[in-house]
Amino acid sequence: MNMLELWRYRELLFFLVWKNVKVRYKQTALGASWALIQPFTTMVVFSVIFGHLAGLHADYGSPYPLFVFAGLLPWTFFSTALTQSSASIVGNSNLVTKVYFPRLIIPLSTTAVPVVDFLLGLVVFFGLFAWYGIWPHWHAIFIPALLGIAFLAALGISLFLSALNVRYRDVQFFVPFLAQLWLYVTPVIYPINLIPQSWRWLLAINPMAGVVDGFRWSVLGKGLPDFQLYGISFGVAVAFAVGGLMYFRRFEQSFADVI
Amino acid sequence: MARAAITIDRLSKRYEIGGRARHDSLRDQIPALVKRAVSGRLHRSHTYTWALRDVSLEVEEGEVLGVIGRNGAGKTTLLKILSRITLPTSGEADVYGRLGSLLEVGTGFHPDLTGRENVYLNGAILGMRRAEIDRKFDEIAEFSGIEKFLDTPVKRFSSGMYVRLAFAVAAHLETDILIVDEVLAVGDHAFQQKCLGTMRAVAGSGRTVLFVSHNMPSVTTLCDRAILLDSGRVVADGVVEDVVHSYLRVGEVVDGVIPDTDRVVGTKEILFRRVGLLDMDGNRVGETLFGQPVRVRLAFEVLEPVRDAAFEVGISDAGGTRIVTATTLDRGGSPLSFDRGKWEIDVEVETALLPHEYQIDLAVHHWLDSKLTIDWVEGALTFRALDVGTDAADHYVRFSPRYSLSGVRGYVRPASRWGSPREAVE
Repeated sequence: MNMLELWRYRELLFFLVWKNVKVRYKQTALGASWALIQPFTTMVVFSVIFGHLAGLHADYGSPYPLFVFAGLLPWTFFSTALTQSSASIVGNSNLVTKVYFPRLIIPLSTTAVPVVDFLLGLVVFFGLFAWYGIWPHWHAIFIPALLGIAFLAALGISLFLSALNVRYRDVQFFVPFLAQLWLYVTPVIYPINLIPQSWRWLLAINPMAGVVDGFRWSVLGKGLPDFQLYGISFGVAVAFAVGGLMYFRRFEQSFADVI
Repeated sequence: MARAAITIDRLSKRYEIGGRARHDSLRDQIPALVKRAVSGRLHRSHTYTWALRDVSLEVEEGEVLGVIGRNGAGKTTLLKILSRITLPTSGEADVYGRLGSLLEVGTGFHPDLTGRENVYLNGAILGMRRAEIDRKFDEIAEFSGIEKFLDTPVKRFSSGMYVRLAFAVAAHLETDILIVDEVLAVGDHAFQQKCLGTMRAVAGSGRTVLFVSHNMPSVTTLCDRAILLDSGRVVADGVVEDVVHSYLRVGEVVDGVIPDTDRVVGTKEILFRRVGLLDMDGNRVGETLFGQPVRVRLAFEVLEPVRDAAFEVGISDAGGTRIVTATTLDRGGSPLSFDRGKWEIDVEVETALLPHEYQIDLAVHHWLDSKLTIDWVEGALTFRALDVGTDAADHYVRFSPRYSLSGVRGYVRPASRWGSPREAVE
């Protein structure tokens, strides 16, 4: 019954995503290029610091800029989705207190918005390949599946945090901090093989570990796919989504009273 | 027999107040938790308020029901429960048919989007289909009267334009049941009339409408039936005229007890104890109707016999500026004589107060020495003059439908007699 209702409100979901995308870069001089500037600059900075100065003596298997960009793309999606979506219910309190529609639409539409940034980033990424004169590996066809896992993970946590934020505004202070810490337990800057095999399973609990490593494998095509890792990440992402949804469903009816 | 559109069965809604502050921080919770653990009172002490209490109601298909009551009577809570925005604490509400609710106009409007874009967004938020909005778009644009600005971001709109566009979308919401909260109070007078016309058309189209308003003339013209809510309960339900009448009578009865303190001047042989505003039937009220005398009852205690008391009742605006004064000495009246004891006196002040907030000032002086004030209380009671009066047939009418409130100048509009115009001779 839940899903059916969501389906009936699909046009609203579409309109909210459209609005968020449209409004996102309104009245900015650089517009949507911000979606490209951020990961690109980060990539340059990381390349200089970690690729040259710090000298993580690891086998990246590809030029470091490609390697780090392949990590930054899914990561940027995840952290943006997480940050914005967690604040989404409170940010839309005018809607929550004035009209009825399935509340799930709010975090769902907010999580969908950075997908657009991701796609733009992907274009730049492929441009970077051209610069290096390399073709992306055919495994790149797995990108949508990996994005799907990242989406589920981000949505699941955001469902939980956005509902919690209605009651405890502490969440909005906690989330940026969480995103920052999360970056360090995700193999964005460093390759996953820096982590000893015996500890990988622990890393796999972080669904973004699987997504980032999988993303690298799919576009760069180096090394062997670690299907066990991806499997665990996918499982954890689904668990996040289900858990988040259950928590959200439990409290959504009191949003208008508490917010 | 008409079918039910809405059935409400013993609906109650409880809100928690005080027990938990809004926008809590976890940090605030921790000391409280520790305190409770230490004191052994593990149960949080709750303070509740009932926004709705045992409300039962049936609305038939095609009925236009007015919901009236003071602020905080539970009107909005009722609408929110019916709109599924919030859940009742107990009881049930069933709605048969597609329901659209307009708790405000322009919900979800985004300042950076253009008028056209906001029409689509707002329409979707109100539950309209995209195809439906496409179909009605031209009509909406025409209704708003701001076709020229449809491609301008709404943040560049004046507030009037904004509201026109928002109402235009709302007016085109076609649902079986429509819930409307005070949205008529928008725009300039001409647009208000247009909105009212739309509401009339909606009401006449056979759809079920729940209409919440403080504007009694609109309620009487639009609705067949009304309910009156007071402190979360239905205190009147029936023909709209009767319910509006009881609403105007219930009023906010202000106690008007005057404390002993705060007296600056006075010889204090007499002390004012209470003051109340009465309607023509002698009931205590908090508001006056336009065109009716202001009737005030003074209760006072005479501590020492006084033989030359002159009373004065003043009506001042909210800022304390005196507008009207009436005394027992007016038009040849004589001073009054009192022995010790508790006394009461009523006074009717013929006036025609325009809608504003007012306060009542009281004074009693020695007549023999007019400089000698016995007791003086400023702002003993505040009340509101309504924009509503009764016509000859005892129907509630708005005082001057041709003026918007902001266009009414002054405080008093006494009856006036105008001569017939004649050509001026130089």
